[in-house]
Amino acid sequence: MNLATARGHEVQCVMGLLETIATAASLAIILTVVLLIRRGRLLEKYALLWLAASLVLLVFSLFRGLIQTIAGFLGIYYGPSFLFLAGFVFLMLLLLHFSIVISGLSASRGALVRELALLRLEVERLRRDAAE
Amino acid sequence: MKTLIIVPAYNEERNIPIVLDELRKNLPDADVLVVNDGSRDATADVARAGGATVLTLPMNLGIGGAVQSGFVYAHRAGYEAAVQFDGDAQHRGDQLRLILGPLEAGRADVIVGSRFVAGGPEGNYQPPFLRRMGIGLFARVLSALTGWPLTDTTSGFRAYGAQAIALFAESYPEDYPEVEALLMLKKAGLTASEIPVLMRERPWGTSSITPFRSIYYMVKVLLAVFIGSLRAGRR
Repeated sequence: MNLATARGHEVQCVMGLLETIATAASLAIILTVVLLIRRGRLLEKYALLWLAASLVLLVFSLFRGLIQTIAGFLGIYYGPSFLFLAGFVFLMLLLLHFSIVISGLSASRGALVRELALLRLEVERLRRDAAE
Repeated sequence: MKTLIIVPAYNEERNIPIVLDELRKNLPDADVLVVNDGSRDATADVARAGGATVLTLPMNLGIGGAVQSGFVYAHRAGYEAAVQFDGDAQHRGDQLRLILGPLEAGRADVIVGSRFVAGGPEGNYQPPFLRRMGIGLFARVLSALTGWPLTDTTSGFRAYGAQAIALFAESYPEDYPEVEALLMLKKAGLTASEIPVLMRERPWGTSSITPFRSIYYMVKVLLAVFIGSLRAGRR
């Protein structure tokens, strides 16, 4: 066995370890999401999103070459850069989505608070009228 | 005209008695609604003792949310006119008839009390230099966008007619709402007009606007103004 193949073998072993860890991590995320859904802690639309995201991670973990292939197709020289880019874009879109959701929640919270205050005032009035 | 005075108040137990006293002296016929915006002090008790109807918001919504509560109340109770009169006593009761007069005469849907309009009275309270600069900038931008001559777009001392009350009961900007509200009026096909009024510095406590917040204020409002006018352009 010459030095080159020895080193190649070593690299493959390291990759094997990495793949194992990545696959395990992806499976852990999927499991977490499933558990959260089972306990009713996640709305279905978010559950779907996270399931899809973790499935993508799982596919990439199992087929490491896929990252390099897609990166090469897009003209990205260093495969993991593509992964960072994809992750970053995904997180940005997610944050934007959450900002939209929070804005909507804030508006409906305002309407609820107002309605509650007006109802309380109405109750006070009715009580006072009834007492008189 | 059936008129409601809307007094937004957050922790103003010391200023509220002054405000209510002035309102009673100058406009005894009008109903007064103090919108207690989740105060932690005795604002609600003090206001009730002063004879006002008190609408207590269970959570703090900020000035926009508080004033909108007043509009919803006014709209449902069928008021024909409403005046926003701040709970920090910077608005003056003796100016109330001045601001209601043009509204009753049908000059516009909203009458804005301005500290800067030409021909105004002498000895008016002048805000600090930087804030005056900001107000001047808004005034120029808003005048250009609406076609109304405006000088004090951040003034909260305003009188509203029934149509404006209905519009703002439906939707009103959340924080620093005064400038955006003018644009909403324009978009809805309503009108606003200024009259000169006197204001004073709040007697007690500090304003919620700090130097850092005034920068946020400027950026936020300009953004809202330009996005708002984009939206208007598309329609």
